[in-house]
Amino acid sequence: MADLALVIGTRKGMVVARPRADGGWDADPLRFATMPVTAVAADPRTGRLLAAVHNPFWGVSLAVSDDLGRTWTEPARDAGTAPVAFPEDTGAALRDIWQLRYSPTEPDVVYAGVEPAALFRSEDGGLTFSLVEGLWNHPHRPSWQPGAGGMCLHTVLPDPADPATVTVAISAGGVYRTTDGGTTWTARNHGITAAFLPDPPPEFGQCVHKVDLHPSRPERMFLQHHGGVYRSDDAGAAWTRVDAGLPADFGFPLVVHPHRPDTLYVLPLNADIDRSPAGHRYLVHRSDDAGATWRAFDKGLPESPCYASVLRDAMCADTLDPAGIYFGTRDGWVYASRDDGESWTEVARHLPDVLCVRAVTR
Amino acid sequence: MKVTVRLPGALRDIAGAPAAVPLDLPPGATVGDALAALAGALPAVGRRVRDETGALRPHVNVFVGSDNIRDLAGTATPLDDGAELHVLPAVSGG
Repeated sequence: MADLALVIGTRKGMVVARPRADGGWDADPLRFATMPVTAVAADPRTGRLLAAVHNPFWGVSLAVSDDLGRTWTEPARDAGTAPVAFPEDTGAALRDIWQLRYSPTEPDVVYAGVEPAALFRSEDGGLTFSLVEGLWNHPHRPSWQPGAGGMCLHTVLPDPADPATVTVAISAGGVYRTTDGGTTWTARNHGITAAFLPDPPPEFGQCVHKVDLHPSRPERMFLQHHGGVYRSDDAGAAWTRVDAGLPADFGFPLVVHPHRPDTLYVLPLNADIDRSPAGHRYLVHRSDDAGATWRAFDKGLPESPCYASVLRDAMCADTLDPAGIYFGTRDGWVYASRDDGESWTEVARHLPDVLCVRAVTR
Repeated sequence: MKVTVRLPGALRDIAGAPAAVPLDLPPGATVGDALAALAGALPAVGRRVRDETGALRPHVNVFVGSDNIRDLAGTATPLDDGAELHVLPAVSGG
């Protein structure tokens, strides 16, 4: 079996958990104490891990690990420029990096989605990044409004075949897509409605919480909105609701199964005014038919009422077969499933609030 | 005129930064001028003390002698020859 680790980014540091042969998990000691670890990614070619670490005093930097999270270094420690920094003429300052994503088609290309909402691109494996100015200069940008999580670009989906095509999601700007390598971007929010939007809904301004796709079928996308789960079969040109059967239409994470393009997972929360799990239980909902029907799974999850939510990047899948599914909660519990989400075991408890989880293998 | 910026332990040794950084500034220089000169001399330190816009990071305090510049005129606080600046992490951070 491949060497597997679950990297857990929390509000106050990072924990790396590793599976034991008996099905349980061991967690390494906390790293980066006091520092939010807001995004983690693994280079699909080398296995190198890249993590965004926010020192509350000295700002945001990137840490790398070449041994599956056992040791970490800060390559830009002595550099005169932070690895992700806004150009002086923007008048903007980086608040956080909420997404790191390696290109599946271009070696050494890494994207960073940040707050304030912007996309950065690295061509040296994540050591230095440049602002994608085509999106920063988009005429819609002055009208974007922050969600409760800040004015952030939190989702980056590079096309699995075409390096010039990238889809991003912004709260609250919506979905944007480039097909010319980032020079021009078009809003892709048609069909997404919400109580906080006028009717008919505008071209942009949707509070998209997460978007995911399967690399074998990139034109089919799934989206968790501020209200509603949606599917697009034309790369975001139009969206249709697929949340009939869910106990609530609010939530943050959405994960597509790594091997089954029509299987996806969400974890419904009651509503934007009650961001606790629907029914006050962690009910992982899975659809095996692209959102037409849903089944709820809670075996192994707490039976007592739960009030802590699950953030947008705090759910993930690994790439093993069978695949593992993972999620972490804002009260610091982390769970894993080895049977496609039907039953769950505890990975860790009593951590700081979980911001992101990423399963990595090599 | 000459001023000295004293760095906290967390910023020492970054890019070879010493504990105390001597700066030679024109007469009438302010705290902001001193921080800009610090960033010029030690960019890896400067970007940790100030963000990309040149603003002091929110959980960093700068003292002139024993006075926090937030209680003075902020980065516009004028400096005297021989002034000592202390850059310190604020208790509010972390």
